[in-house]
Amino acid sequence: MGKAGKVISCILCNAVAVLTSLIVIIPLVVLFLNSFKTAGEANKMTLSLPKEWMFENYGRVIEQGKLLSSFLNGLLYAVFSVVIVVILVSAAAFVISRNPKGINRFLYYFIISGIALPINNVALMKVLQVLHLVNTQLGIILLYAAINIPLSLFLTYGFIGTIPRELDEAAVIDGCKPGQLFIKVIAPLMKPIVSTLFVLDFMAVWNDFTMPLYYLNNSRKWPMTLAVYNFFGAFEYSWNLVAADIILTLAPVLLVFIIGQRYIVGGVSAGSVKG
Amino acid sequence: MMNQNKLYPWYFAGGAALLFFLLCFVPGMLGIAFSFTDWNNFSSEIHFVGLSNYKAVFLENSEYLKYISNTLIFTVVTTIMKTVVGMALALLLTQNFIRFKNFHRMVIFSPQVMSYLVAGLVFRSMLHPTTGFLNNFLRSLSLDWLAKNWLTDLHMVFPTVMAVDTWRGMGYIMVVVIAGLLSVSPEYYEAASIDGASFFQKFKSITLPLLKPVLINVTVLNVTYGLRVFDMIYSLTNGGPGNATGVINTAVYKEFSKGNLAMGTTLSSILFLVVLSLLYFIIKSMEHKEVEG
Repeated sequence: MGKAGKVISCILCNAVAVLTSLIVIIPLVVLFLNSFKTAGEANKMTLSLPKEWMFENYGRVIEQGKLLSSFLNGLLYAVFSVVIVVILVSAAAFVISRNPKGINRFLYYFIISGIALPINNVALMKVLQVLHLVNTQLGIILLYAAINIPLSLFLTYGFIGTIPRELDEAAVIDGCKPGQLFIKVIAPLMKPIVSTLFVLDFMAVWNDFTMPLYYLNNSRKWPMTLAVYNFFGAFEYSWNLVAADIILTLAPVLLVFIIGQRYIVGGVSAGSVKG
Repeated sequence: MMNQNKLYPWYFAGGAALLFFLLCFVPGMLGIAFSFTDWNNFSSEIHFVGLSNYKAVFLENSEYLKYISNTLIFTVVTTIMKTVVGMALALLLTQNFIRFKNFHRMVIFSPQVMSYLVAGLVFRSMLHPTTGFLNNFLRSLSLDWLAKNWLTDLHMVFPTVMAVDTWRGMGYIMVVVIAGLLSVSPEYYEAASIDGASFFQKFKSITLPLLKPVLINVTVLNVTYGLRVFDMIYSLTNGGPGNATGVINTAVYKEFSKGNLAMGTTLSSILFLVVLSLLYFIIKSMEHKEVEG
């Protein structure tokens, strides 16, 4: 290839990169601009700036979409289920990774099969009824914990393998019992993986839509996703309000994403590259 | 020698196992059991009906077969599109002559943080036939003939849905493949360049073989996602128009809301059994990772 050919292909490749980024970002920019327009202006979706910045759209949405309560619900479900996952999974990964034989080995494969297997939502209704957990916040928290256990266990299992066993041996010689060994020696070393789990599971719970759709029929218990879906149905032609609602739903995960970017990218690539 | 079973007691794994058993495994098994009954919301009695639910799915020229074939088409097409586009982007954004590589990577990855539901709603507004951004944009370029009824035209709707899903998912593949590419030692490429290998020869003989484990993994993830897809389709089209974009999980929800619980659990069980039959390959692909790590 001659020099001119190289320059042309270099320009072309840069153009493709820019075009792809535009395809990804434009819908979000249009949405953002729309959220500040008047209803009439928003009806014609364009990339033009709002003639008049309607910040009050956000106030209306928060009030009419009952966003405050669904925001708090979403936060409640995400935080509590993630705490449960982190505690249960780190204890489980610790013993399974250190002693991967017999019953531990069975439990490991049994649990991580859940990464792929679908949940039977219809029969799950029956189980939740028997346990008196239908339409309760405790039920939804436990459910979120359960469905996030498999992938979290898989990621944590790999991480424990990187903590040297000599630490365990030294601790045992100093007279540590299993519980003490885990809490005092291993747990403090698990900060990186706990951060990854926290970010990944938080986003998974915050973004989930299926579980509340099936198991929460009281709008006061809805998280953001279900609230925004219903808002969309009710205000389908007020694009400015719908846009503001979607932006508000996105804001918390965007924040978690920006703060925890390192852990997300690390976590997702670890899940597929290294394990 | 320390006693491993005493030092690492199995019951430390008990909490995670119990929660998973109760809320994921039991429903799966119970669901298969209920698929042989006439369980519904209208009567409190449940009768054994043998295989008749499965017959209703497979034997007649039923709408259920359409959902199953849609699910398979969706899975195959989105897996291929996401992998091809994601990999092309990864190759592009690791080249030295691309400006603002990291910025592009971050932008293309960003839809990952958005829920499938919200992504669906965003595109339901962008693709609205009269007020949506895409058609407005095409009309402003006088390309009116390209402005389609993206989500209501029977021929357009399924490709549109799959394209939106690719938009949401390609960044993930890209990031994972970039991580894989960066772990390939540059010496391989240098040696190949000295031998006069072209870009495509290097790609075929160095990049692809070394990326194989990564590609198997992302394929497994994409396939299991595709088979279980629900949120994206529910928010974009709710399975419509008619049942043009209905998949297994939207059908399960439909039967569930109609109170037709036995059919819901039958469809769910079919999906369960399909994934179960793939589980061997899935676990194998994950074991590979442990060796790598």
